[in-house]
Amino acid sequence: MSDPKRTTRARQKIQKVFSSIAHDSARKHVSGKAFYVDDLPEPANLLHCYIGTSEFAHARVLSMDLSAVNAYPGVVRTITAADIPGANDISPVHLHDEPVLADKLVQFVGQPLFAVVAHNRSIARQAAQLAVVEYEELPAILDIETALAEKSFVLEPHVLQHGDSQSALSKAPNRLQGEVSIGGQDHFYLEGQISMALPQEDGDILVLTSSQHPSEVQQLVAGSLGKPANAVTVEVRRMGGAFGGKETQAAQWAIIAAVMADATNRPVKLRLDRDDDMRSTGKRHDFLIRYDVGFDAQGLILGIDFMHAVHCGMSADLSGPIADRAMFHSDNAYYLPNVSITSYRCKTNTVSNTAFRGFGGPQGIVGIERVIDAIAHRLGKDPLGIRKVNLYGQGMRNITPYKMMIKDNVLPELITELEASSDYLNRHRDIANFNQNSPVIKKGIALIPTKFGISFTTTFLNQAGALVHVYKDGSVHLNHGGTEMGQGLMIKIAQVVADVFQIDLDQVKITATNTGKVPNTSATAASAGTDMNGMAAKAAARKIKKRLIKFASNQFAVETSGIHFVDNYVQAGENEIGFAKLVEQAWMARISLSATGFYRTPKIHYNPQTSSGRPFLYFAYGAAVSEVEIDCLSGESRITRVDILYDAGQSLNPAIDIGQIEGGFIQGAGWLTSEQVWWDTNGHLRTHAPSTYKIPTCGDIPDIFNVKIWEKGKNREKTIHRSKAVGEPPLMLAISVHSAINQAIAGKLNEKSLPSLNTPATPEAILNCLYR
Amino acid sequence: MHNTVRFILAGQVEEVHYCEATRTVLEFLREDKGLKGTKEGCAEGDCGACTVVIGELHDGGIRYRAINSCIQFLPTLDGKQLLSVEDLAPDDNHAMTELHAVQQAMLDQHGSQCGFCTPGFVMSLFAMYHNEPERDVERSEIDLGLAGNLCRCTGYAPIVRAAEQALEADRKDRFTDDEKHSVELLKSIQPAEMLVIKSENGAFYAPRSINELCDLLEKKPQATMVAGATDVGLWITKQNRQLDTVIYLGAVTELKQIEEDGNYLHIGAAVSYTDATASVSTHYPAFLPLIERIGATQVRNAGTIGGNIANGSPIGDMPPGLIAIGARLVLRSSQGQRVIDLEDYFISYGKQNLQPGECVEQILLPLPPPEQIFATYKISKRLEQDISAVCGAFALQLNDGMIKHARVCFGGMAETPKRAAACEQALTGKSWSQDTISRAMLALPEDFTPLTDMRASKQYRMQVAQNLLQRFYLEHSATPYPIRLGVRNV
Repeated sequence: MSDPKRTTRARQKIQKVFSSIAHDSARKHVSGKAFYVDDLPEPANLLHCYIGTSEFAHARVLSMDLSAVNAYPGVVRTITAADIPGANDISPVHLHDEPVLADKLVQFVGQPLFAVVAHNRSIARQAAQLAVVEYEELPAILDIETALAEKSFVLEPHVLQHGDSQSALSKAPNRLQGEVSIGGQDHFYLEGQISMALPQEDGDILVLTSSQHPSEVQQLVAGSLGKPANAVTVEVRRMGGAFGGKETQAAQWAIIAAVMADATNRPVKLRLDRDDDMRSTGKRHDFLIRYDVGFDAQGLILGIDFMHAVHCGMSADLSGPIADRAMFHSDNAYYLPNVSITSYRCKTNTVSNTAFRGFGGPQGIVGIERVIDAIAHRLGKDPLGIRKVNLYGQGMRNITPYKMMIKDNVLPELITELEASSDYLNRHRDIANFNQNSPVIKKGIALIPTKFGISFTTTFLNQAGALVHVYKDGSVHLNHGGTEMGQGLMIKIAQVVADVFQIDLDQVKITATNTGKVPNTSATAASAGTDMNGMAAKAAARKIKKRLIKFASNQFAVETSGIHFVDNYVQAGENEIGFAKLVEQAWMARISLSATGFYRTPKIHYNPQTSSGRPFLYFAYGAAVSEVEIDCLSGESRITRVDILYDAGQSLNPAIDIGQIEGGFIQGAGWLTSEQVWWDTNGHLRTHAPSTYKIPTCGDIPDIFNVKIWEKGKNREKTIHRSKAVGEPPLMLAISVHSAINQAIAGKLNEKSLPSLNTPATPEAILNCLYR
Repeated sequence: MHNTVRFILAGQVEEVHYCEATRTVLEFLREDKGLKGTKEGCAEGDCGACTVVIGELHDGGIRYRAINSCIQFLPTLDGKQLLSVEDLAPDDNHAMTELHAVQQAMLDQHGSQCGFCTPGFVMSLFAMYHNEPERDVERSEIDLGLAGNLCRCTGYAPIVRAAEQALEADRKDRFTDDEKHSVELLKSIQPAEMLVIKSENGAFYAPRSINELCDLLEKKPQATMVAGATDVGLWITKQNRQLDTVIYLGAVTELKQIEEDGNYLHIGAAVSYTDATASVSTHYPAFLPLIERIGATQVRNAGTIGGNIANGSPIGDMPPGLIAIGARLVLRSSQGQRVIDLEDYFISYGKQNLQPGECVEQILLPLPPPEQIFATYKISKRLEQDISAVCGAFALQLNDGMIKHARVCFGGMAETPKRAAACEQALTGKSWSQDTISRAMLALPEDFTPLTDMRASKQYRMQVAQNLLQRFYLEHSATPYPIRLGVRNV
C-alpha cells in the first residue's frame, strides 16, 4: 500500500494566514446562493408564526380575548404565557426579569403578549391584529432623567475608583464641568430576527436560527420547554448581520417558535417584520454622562469624576457588563491618576437595551473625549496636544482605573505616524484659515485614538471549543463554537486550520455552528471570536497533526522532528507523500482522525468587589483623523476625509480586517450623526423602519477614506498568530467625526466654552448648538 | 381584455393566470418560484435588499431598471422582463462557472460581508451596467445608483471599488449579446388589451387608454389607483390592508406622456420620476438636485410625480416647488377634464380636491418666465433617500433690483404643502436685499405653526425654514464664500 515518493523537489510552505483571501461565502453572496434561515427549504407542513404585542409602555393586562384571532381563517392556534410549559424567562443573566410572553403586566410598547400560528405568514400577521386586550395603564418612566430622579434601576449603582479624585479636583488649578447626552442605536442588521423550530422524535427540538449565541438559545429553549439541554439542538450557518443585536435578543423568537412547534407538533417559522423587529428588540444603550475634571496649565488631567446614567430599559439583559465596559473605557487612551466613575443602570418602560458593537465602550470613550476637547478649548490649544499630554505612558503612568498595568501601549508611535501621513498639522491650520473667511460653511478636524480591551469582562465566558475531522480522503470538516455574521470568522479559522495541515483552503469544509458538535459555547462577541475559536480550532487540528506525525514517523522510520507538512504533502526525511495518502494510511492503521480543541484565555481575572484585576488579555489600538464640514444655516454636515491607522497585530487576513475597519467606522459615524432613535411621549418608538431610521448610505462616506493596517503591529500576547481583534474597536474611531463637527461649530461660535453637541449630531442637534 | 400576466423570467415567458392584485414580485419570486436569492430587508422599499431589474422595450432595445420587488405588485410586470440575481450567472450551480462582471467585481473587491444585502447591490449594479454602457460611470453616479441599497457591514467603500471596477466604459455581457432575441420575446408578449386579473378578494385592472380608465373609475369609484406602488405597497406590507380592486395606471398610454406647448410642460400622471427628470430639469435646473434626493433610484424608477401629488401627503417633495412655480393639475373623469391650481388640490390632511371617479391626468408646469429665480430645498437627517423634515421652495421674479412677484411654499410645516402668504407679502414689491429677506424670515411664524415629530422639532422646522430663505438669498447674490456643502468631487 505505502508508496512514498522520493522527494524530488523542494516544496515551499504555503501561506494560509496573513493573506487577503475572499470571504468563504463571497461567491454565494454575489450569486444569491448563500442560505439564510428564511431561504432554507420549508417542510411541507410548516406553520408560520407571528406575535401580538403591547400597546402601552406600562400597564396591567386585565383581560386578553384571542377568540377573533383563533377564528380567523387559516389560523391553527395561539399561545400565551400560560402555554409555556417551562420557564417563561429570557434573562441571559438569570435575573428572571424578562418573560418570553408578558403575563398580566406589560413593561414596554411592543412587548410580546401572545403568538399565533397560521398556514401562511400574512394570515398570521393579519390575525395577530385582532386580539382584544384590556389594559389598566400605569405610570411609565420613559427617560434617563426621570429614572435617575426616581431611583429606578435594573441593577444597583456601581462605583469604580482609583486614587483620590475629590482631593485632586479641589487642588487642581483648572476645573471644568459638563455633560453629554449620547443617543442609542438600532442594529439594523439587514436580515431581521428569525427562527425555524422543527420537532424531532422523543419531543426533541431542532432550532435553525440567526443567533450569535446558539448555546444560550439552546439553554433558554430547553428551559421554556421544561426539557433538558440535550433535547434541544440549535444550528446557525450564517446571519445577515448581527452587531450584538442577536447576542441575547435572538432567543425570544426561537423560544416562541419552539414552544409553538412543541404545542402543534409541526415545524414553525417565526420571522419578524422590520418594524416589529425594531420595536420589540433592544438597541445600543443611550447614556447621559456628566463630568467634573481638574487639570493643569498644560491640560494634564489631575483628577476626574464621571457620572454615567445608562438607559437599560425594562430589564437588565446584558446591561450590567455593558455599563461596566463603559466604565472600563472611561479612560480611553489616557492616564487618569485620580478618578471616580459612578454608574447608574436606569430602569425604564422601554425595550430592554442590549449588546451593540463596542458594548458600552463607545459611550465611555465619548465621555472622556468630550472632556479632552473641553480642556483644549478652555486652554485655547489644539485638542491633539491635550490628547498627547494625557496618553498612557510606556513603562510609567500606565495603570488603568481598574488597576491593570498596560504593557502593550503602541499609541504614541501610531499617532505620530498617522499625524504625519494625514498631514494633520497643515490641514488643521488651513481649516482655521478657511473658517475665518467662510461664515456659512465651517470645517472641523479631529484626531482621536482608541484603546479597546479584548476579552469578555466576565472571565468565565472566555472559553471556546472546536471540532475537527479529517476524512479518509484527506478532506477536512471544521466546526467551532463561533458564529458567522459577516465578520469573516469562518474564513479566518479555516485559514488557521489549513495552515496547520498545509493543505489548500478548499479542502477545509466550513460547517454550520451547531450545539450538537461543540457544546457550552460563549456568544460570538467581544471581538474575541477569532482569538478564541481560532485557538481552539488550531488546538484540535494540531492534535490530529501530532497523531499523523507520530504515524508517519513510525511508517518511514524518521524522527518526528523530521516530519514536515508542506503544500499538501508530508515530508518524512527523504520521503514524501500526499497529505490525503498519508491520511488514508493512518486510517487503515486505526489512527483517530477527529479531535476536539479547547481554549481558555490565559492571564485574565477580575474582582468586581474591589473593581480591580486584569479583565483584558490585551488592548487593540487605532487612531483616526476625520475632517468634516457643516452648513450653519441648516445644520447639515458632511464627512470629507478620513484617515485611519489600525493595529490588527499580525493580521490573519488583511482584506477581511480592512472590511471590519471601514464598516465599523461608518457604522460608528452613523450612530453619531444621522441615526436617531426617537420615542414619543407615550413610549412608542417612532423610528422603527428605514424610512424613519437613517443609517448611512453610500453617499455619506468620505470622499477620501484612507484605511491602513499598522505595519508594525504584532500582539505581545500569544494570540492566534499574534493577530489582534478587529470587530468592535474601529467603531469607536468614528468619535473623531463627532468631535470634528463640534470643532466646526466652535469655529462658528467662537465662544469661551466648547459647544455641547450631543449625539447623534443631526442637522437639528447642530443647529441647536449654533442657535443656543 | 386579457386575463394572463405574461412576462419574461429566466429567458422564458412566464404566465400567471391567478393572483391577488397586491401579490408582490418578491413573494412571487421567493414563495411561488423558490428563488431565494432576492431578500426581504424592510418590506417598504427603503433598504434595497429585494432589488430586481425590470427590462422593458425602449427605442427598439431593452431598457433595464432597478426596482424594489417588495412593494411592486406582480400583475404590473405584464409585458416586461423580470431579472433577479439568479439570472446573472445561471450556470453557477455549485461549479466555478463565470460570474457576471458586477458579481466578479463585488467578489474581487470584498464587497460582501454578511451577504444579505449583496444580491440587491448586484442587481442595482447590473442596472447601472446597462445604462449608457459606452462610458465610464462617475463616482457621483455610483452614489446615486446605490443610494437605495443599504449595507450595514461594509461601510460601502469596497462596494464603491467594485462599482468602479465593473462600470468602466464599453460594457458588454450576454444580455447585450442576446438583446435581439429578448426584444423579440418581449414583443411577443406585449398586451393589446386591458389586463384583468380576478382573485378571491377582488381584481387587478390595467387599462390601456384614458377612456378605458375613466370608464373603469366610473364603474368602480372605490377602487385604489396605483402607479408605482411606492406608497400603496406599504398599505399591504405594513398595514396588512387588503385591497379589493386595484387599477394600475402604468399601462395607460396618455398618462405616460410628456409634452410641451408654448406655455406649459405637460407631465402625465403615470410618468416615473426617472422619466420626468430630464424634461423638468431642462426648464427648472433647481429641481434636479431635489429629484435626485426623492427616494432612491429604485423608488424613482417606479414612483411618479402624479402619485406624489395624488396621495395628498404633507411631506411630498415635489409639491412645494411645483406650487411655487404655479403648477396646475388636470383632473379627468368620464365627465371630462377640469384644470385647477395645484395648491387648490390640497384641502386638508387626508383630504384632496378629487371627486370619486376622477383621477389626476397631468401636471402642468408653466415654462419659467424671464428673470425668475427659483430654488427648492430639502432638509432631512440623511442626504439620500430620506423623507423631508422641511422642504422649502422659492420662486421670485426680479426686476431692477426689486421683487416683482414672489411665491414661497413649504412642505413639512403644515398639514398640507402650503404657501407662505405673510412671507410672500413681505417680499413682494420690496428691494432684493438682505434687509427684505430678514423681514420676510420674521414673517414666517405668521404663516406656519409646525409640529414636532421624529423628523424634527417644531423649533427646528421654523428656524430652518427661515434659514432656507436666507440660503436662497445668498445663493442668488454675489457671495465670495461657499454657501452649500461640497458635492463629491473625486
